[in-house]
Amino acid sequence: MAAGLRLLGFAWLMHVKMMSRSAFDGLLAILWPLFFATVAFFMFRTGHGRVALGPIGLAAAVMGIWTATSVPASSALQRERWSGTLELLVVAPANFALILLPITIAASTIGLYCVAGTLLWSRILFGIHLTIVHPLFFGLGLVASVVTIGSLGFLMAVSFVRSRRAWSIGAVLEYPIWLVCGFLVPVSLLPGWVRPISWALGPTWGMRAIRAAAYGGSPLVPLLICLALAGVYLVLGVVMLRFFLDAALTRATLSLA
Amino acid sequence: MTSLRVFFLGGLMSYRALFAFMSPAVFIPTLIVTPIFQILLFAYIGRAAHARSDEFYVVGNAMQYAAVPCLFAMTQTIAGERFQQTLGYILVSPAGRLPLFLGRSLPVILNGFFVAGFSLIVGGLILGVTFPASSLLPLALVVLIASLSCTGLGLINAGLGLRIRETSVLSNILVGILLIFCGANVAISSLPHWMARISSWLPLTHAIEAARAVAGGSSLTSVQGLIGRELGVGLIYALAGLAIIRFFETQSRRHASLGIA
Repeated sequence: MAAGLRLLGFAWLMHVKMMSRSAFDGLLAILWPLFFATVAFFMFRTGHGRVALGPIGLAAAVMGIWTATSVPASSALQRERWSGTLELLVVAPANFALILLPITIAASTIGLYCVAGTLLWSRILFGIHLTIVHPLFFGLGLVASVVTIGSLGFLMAVSFVRSRRAWSIGAVLEYPIWLVCGFLVPVSLLPGWVRPISWALGPTWGMRAIRAAAYGGSPLVPLLICLALAGVYLVLGVVMLRFFLDAALTRATLSLA
Repeated sequence: MTSLRVFFLGGLMSYRALFAFMSPAVFIPTLIVTPIFQILLFAYIGRAAHARSDEFYVVGNAMQYAAVPCLFAMTQTIAGERFQQTLGYILVSPAGRLPLFLGRSLPVILNGFFVAGFSLIVGGLILGVTFPASSLLPLALVVLIASLSCTGLGLINAGLGLRIRETSVLSNILVGILLIFCGANVAISSLPHWMARISSWLPLTHAIEAARAVAGGSSLTSVQGLIGRELGVGLIYALAGLAIIRFFETQSRRHASLGIA
């Protein structure tokens, strides 16, 4: 147990450091949501909805966690494959899930840079001041969002293990998750069949918890659902990983997928 | 004759070999599905903000997405050669630089045209936006011109690729700048004055305005000024791109930095 936690912690730290120095995973993950946040600010400012810009800034900030995760997580195994380290990691005595999970959690942690960057951006350029009603729950909401998005990334990484072009699947999922999880668009505006999908996604509940913590409300229930969904993604991911790895080792297709 | 061969065959071969999005497993998600989701995202944000009609976002985002293949594919003509370690061979060849690099831009323009055109049609169908039959041909022409001018910016990006290693990051940043400035989602009149001034010097801005007018029933002649400006902007960027390529090629020879940029 202690060894597993140590492995998780050190691997997470190592990947956060590596991604922080990467122009693609680090710098672009911060800048990319800023473009969308800026467009959204202008759209809401010029619209007739008379919507306060504060929640828009907060939502745009949290969107960055998903942006930072979607491509790096989905292509995590492919990167190891390119680097020639996938086989070494798979045959290592440690459980492979404990090696893969820190990569995706590190990617979602990088999203916190984007949260800070977008909040700063919205304050400096658009004069949006964020006053937080429940600072503790706000912090917990951010951590829960990082965990649930990292876990969703873990499930994606496992699901796309056989794909050589996994990054493109991660890239294509960026906008749908932004849309379906109700970051900038209320889920009630979307077609009815989208709502169950939205409820099954952790970021939806993470965003609700953060919103409730920032503007008043009850953040506890969405926070717990967010963490519970993270647990579901992890269990699913571990089971699928065992299945896919067994299949790849049996057919000797690990590096050829 | 040789220049024509370099222009057409060289361009086609380079595109097929180097454009990393060519595989259907990448092309379909990134250049067919993603623009549709971008249209849906902004159309729904527009609905939430009570900002503009769905047609505004369908036209704007379909046109704006032409920037993705145009910028990435042109950049790949340099970055891809470096990655394959063939850039040196290309640049020591006696082939004229004009047919060499302009030839590589032709398939890129056609690809941008296809991506934007497809997004316009499918995005419109999903959101129930219809265009008058008489506007389809003029719209196609405007989309083609938008792809052309975007490819001009792509040439600049390709030139910078001789010096900068993180070309995909640079391409993404340029796409993001176009998203804000070119009027795809926010009317130019709603942007601050200094941003509106910049936008008139960017590719896509005039084409998007022209496309919206044409989609709304205006004739092609009524938007010829916008089309002319879009072509002019594209031409300026293309010439600047070729000049940058020439400059950095000379610099990289002088400093022996071709493969290590």
